[in-house]
Amino acid sequence: MAPDRLDATFAALADPTRRAILARLASGQASVTELAEPFAMSQPAVSKHLKVLERAGLISRSRDAQRRPRRLEAVPLAEATAWLERYRRFWEGNYQRLDALLDELKVKRKKRGRSKRKGR
Amino acid sequence: MSTGKLQVTTPSEREIAMTRVFDAPRSLVFDAWTKPELLKRWLGVRGGWTFAVCEVDLKVGGAYRFVWRGPDGKEMGMGGVYREIVRPERLVATEKFDDPWYEGEALDTTVFVEQGGKTTVTTTVLYASREVRDAVLKTPMERGVAESYDKLDEVLASIA
Repeated sequence: MAPDRLDATFAALADPTRRAILARLASGQASVTELAEPFAMSQPAVSKHLKVLERAGLISRSRDAQRRPRRLEAVPLAEATAWLERYRRFWEGNYQRLDALLDELKVKRKKRGRSKRKGR
Repeated sequence: MSTGKLQVTTPSEREIAMTRVFDAPRSLVFDAWTKPELLKRWLGVRGGWTFAVCEVDLKVGGAYRFVWRGPDGKEMGMGGVYREIVRPERLVATEKFDDPWYEGEALDTTVFVEQGGKTTVTTTVLYASREVRDAVLKTPMERGVAESYDKLDEVLASIA
């Protein structure tokens, strides 16, 4: 994936409205009117979000159909999320080991506190 | 005990950020981040990889040096210098890899926030330029699957 596109993808995904639009399109293509419905937003405002998603290559529109429905382009989205997911998984592995270590340290600290009190 | 999912985000065009909640007071979490005997227990040690060198000179201007050794004897090293230390709240350090797969140094800022006995840790890695961060993002994509997974371990370990 070209770095510019990955950048555009992450920028496009940073907005909750755009993520909601993608979630809607994941269940099938939809026109701008249909996409605007669930949001308290004007059609031009929704169109702006659609433009960002289009530039990132995350959605496309059917040229021949009259209502020009938008549809999801799965590949760039999958590439971006796969990268973050692999990154996340690596760190989650580290952090799960750290969870276990911290549990151990907490127990040790408690024991030490108790024996200190006893010693007094 | 795990207390939440790790979140990975790209807050700006030069950064990658990770946030995770730990079920422990921040004094312990900070220790786990800065004491070699504790770091050796969790950071990057998986799939047969262990620490060959784990040195920390925890003072401003002090250096840290990590070398991991894989099951096939392959080594991977990195290190940097501490820029800011506010125990147990904040840690800022540079990071640089021995085998430079990206240009220049990155700056890691780790913030520890405690609430109700739990600690939220946010690590933000700031790269020298957007191009460098993009290279980091791109690395695992451009190689063969097996190699990319090997390399990814290196890529990811470097963010520490």
